[in-house]
Amino acid sequence: MTKPKVVVAMSGGVDSSVAAALLQQQGYEVIGMMLRLWSEPGKEMSNRCCTPAAMNIARRVAGQLGIPFYAVNAQQSFRNVVVQYFLDGYAAGQTPNPCLACNREIRWDFLLSRALALGADYMATGHYVRLTRKEGEPVRLFEAVDAHKDQSYVLHVLNQEKLKHAIFPLGDLTKPEVRKIAADLDLPAAISKESQDLCFLAGQDYRDFLHRHQPELEKPGSIIDNAGNQLGEHAGLVHYTIGQRKGLGIAAAEPLYVLGKDHSTNSLVVGYKHELGNSELVAETINWVSGVAPSQSFDAEVKNRYSARKAAARVTPCADGSAKVEFVDPILDITPGQAAVFYVNGEVVGGGIIAAQQAVSIQTADVLEVPA
Amino acid sequence: MSGSKPIYLDYAATTPLDPRVLEAMQPYFGADFGNPSSVHGFGQRAETALEDARQRMADLLNAKPEEIIFTSGGTESDNLALGGAAMAARQKRGANHILMSPVEHHAISKTAEQLASHFGFELELLPVDELGMVQPEEVSKRIRPETALASIILGNNEIGTINPIEEIAAICRERGVALHSDAVQSGAYLRLDVQKLGVDLLSIGAHKFYGPKGVGALYVRSGTPLLPMQTGGSHEFGLRAGTPNVAYIVGMATAFEIAQTEIEQRAGKLSKLRDKVIEGVLKSIPDTKLSGHRHLRLANHASFVFKGVDGNALLMLLDNAGFACSSGSACKTGDPEPSDVLLAMGFSRDWALGSLRVTLGIHTTNEDIESFLTTLPKLLARVRSLEIA
Repeated sequence: MTKPKVVVAMSGGVDSSVAAALLQQQGYEVIGMMLRLWSEPGKEMSNRCCTPAAMNIARRVAGQLGIPFYAVNAQQSFRNVVVQYFLDGYAAGQTPNPCLACNREIRWDFLLSRALALGADYMATGHYVRLTRKEGEPVRLFEAVDAHKDQSYVLHVLNQEKLKHAIFPLGDLTKPEVRKIAADLDLPAAISKESQDLCFLAGQDYRDFLHRHQPELEKPGSIIDNAGNQLGEHAGLVHYTIGQRKGLGIAAAEPLYVLGKDHSTNSLVVGYKHELGNSELVAETINWVSGVAPSQSFDAEVKNRYSARKAAARVTPCADGSAKVEFVDPILDITPGQAAVFYVNGEVVGGGIIAAQQAVSIQTADVLEVPA
Repeated sequence: MSGSKPIYLDYAATTPLDPRVLEAMQPYFGADFGNPSSVHGFGQRAETALEDARQRMADLLNAKPEEIIFTSGGTESDNLALGGAAMAARQKRGANHILMSPVEHHAISKTAEQLASHFGFELELLPVDELGMVQPEEVSKRIRPETALASIILGNNEIGTINPIEEIAAICRERGVALHSDAVQSGAYLRLDVQKLGVDLLSIGAHKFYGPKGVGALYVRSGTPLLPMQTGGSHEFGLRAGTPNVAYIVGMATAFEIAQTEIEQRAGKLSKLRDKVIEGVLKSIPDTKLSGHRHLRLANHASFVFKGVDGNALLMLLDNAGFACSSGSACKTGDPEPSDVLLAMGFSRDWALGSLRVTLGIHTTNEDIESFLTTLPKLLARVRSLEIA
């Protein structure tokens, strides 16, 4: 009997290092691969991931486990696919989540294809998420045991073709347990602190990155209220996020919030707290994890951002591959470009990208009574 | 590969230490540990070993002992040759122009680029033909009275091509310009007779011919102006400061003796295996070209380009299948850019990204090559289905 072969996507971090160690203990033939992703020229050392230092740690972990280790260069693909997705999203007036594109196109495509070419049966990552597989049935994707670390939101993009080869060894563990395993095995640990920043921003604000790469997006425009009254000037729509209160530069009796962005007129729409919130959204290009769209509406819990709490909703699949989501209670920060991910009893059934027109349901007629 | 022993086909990257060399080195880690500069007996024994090694190196190179400078390896030799000769030529006769081939090892090309960007030298690249060879008449055309030195690699690390150094040296000599040649890859496969080659400066590194890593030598023809690049004590005729690495220098001399005496026997055997690799690969894999010269190449060196292939992915698949090869330049961190050498030879990016170097050595067997030739076409078919980074 030859051992099943698994490629572990390593990063030099504690999670993927422990994932590799656990799979080895479970009897797999383990091979380490590490993606070299794009970073801005000159900022390679301050990138959040795949710095030369992180690569050295990953190599040491692989050496300690006695597994082969290969650096896989995906810089060009990452720039063309993921960074471009990020820039295009902002250019379209949205707030994109490039980690979704990275997982779908880079980690679970570019890297997976190399793992399979190498003869691997599986590919594993240090993501906190659980799978169940039964002969003859679709692989099912569940939230991690450790709710603080759960990464199922970004992995809703995986289809059966990818999940068939996926292993997530950390889904049943908590972060403290993972740290303890790393300490017990004396695995070299990354020094970098935990961060949810995008890896290619080199520790800076995304606005600085956009300023360098797409300065034309910083087009000043009007700040208006729901009635269309001009209240001030904004410095470019990319500088604002929905629900934002501070930094609007407008004196008002009550605090003003960003309600939405009107990309067609380059206007920032603001209003009072009670105007915030929306009970509906349309999510597009849905990936149904099982591979088949449900035939009818279903009750679900929906996450509208990576860090959002799940909220009760009714999800209605549409024939065009989108889905309508009706929340029980309004959500304050529905943001086009982010993903809406649907959970049923902790299982990820699908998700898609929040469409633009739904974010701001500003029908002037509805809000005329708002004091200007 | 499960279970079977990996096959090493990367002797141009480095070679295993010859056990005879290790044995020769041993005393200088133990009883004869002295500093060759010391007055006492410990020092004297070390100095004897050092000067004996220098004499042996000189004999093999057909040089005088005082023309041999020990260094920390090929890269340092290249740095000293280029920086030292350029600076000295400028000081002595105002020469400010460096002539270099576009297929040099980075130890030369990056050093020359720094001399240009930070020290005000004018760097001119010679053309090469599609086999990566420098034509002597091109040197003739470009050499000027203010040329400080020319640097042209002997046997190329990436593509194996051997340059016509003797003819080029004759031109340089006639025009009064020093010629340096990087012979780091050539130590085990070419007779390095500096009189015959006609060079003024020649770099070698021990670990390419079954000696230890971290030691090399620079031949400097008497009368060639050279400014030391590493300053300090008056070691190595005042040209390279630092306590000599006696054990390693003894190891290099022993390794070089073995390599140069056994050259015909080794090169004869290896060139047959090399030709088998070249013919086998070209025959069995579509859209493949040999890179470098078919015959005027290092005896152990075969190199290819494959159209539409991610060279790094190919190396990974080869390693996993039990074959240790290289793409021609050290890129284990996954440098995405195609090699300057291949681009200079006129290969398009689409070809240059898919490079493979197969270099043989004393432990390579006919069975190894047969097994390699059976496996490679299968891996190529697989790697061609992958998106290129």
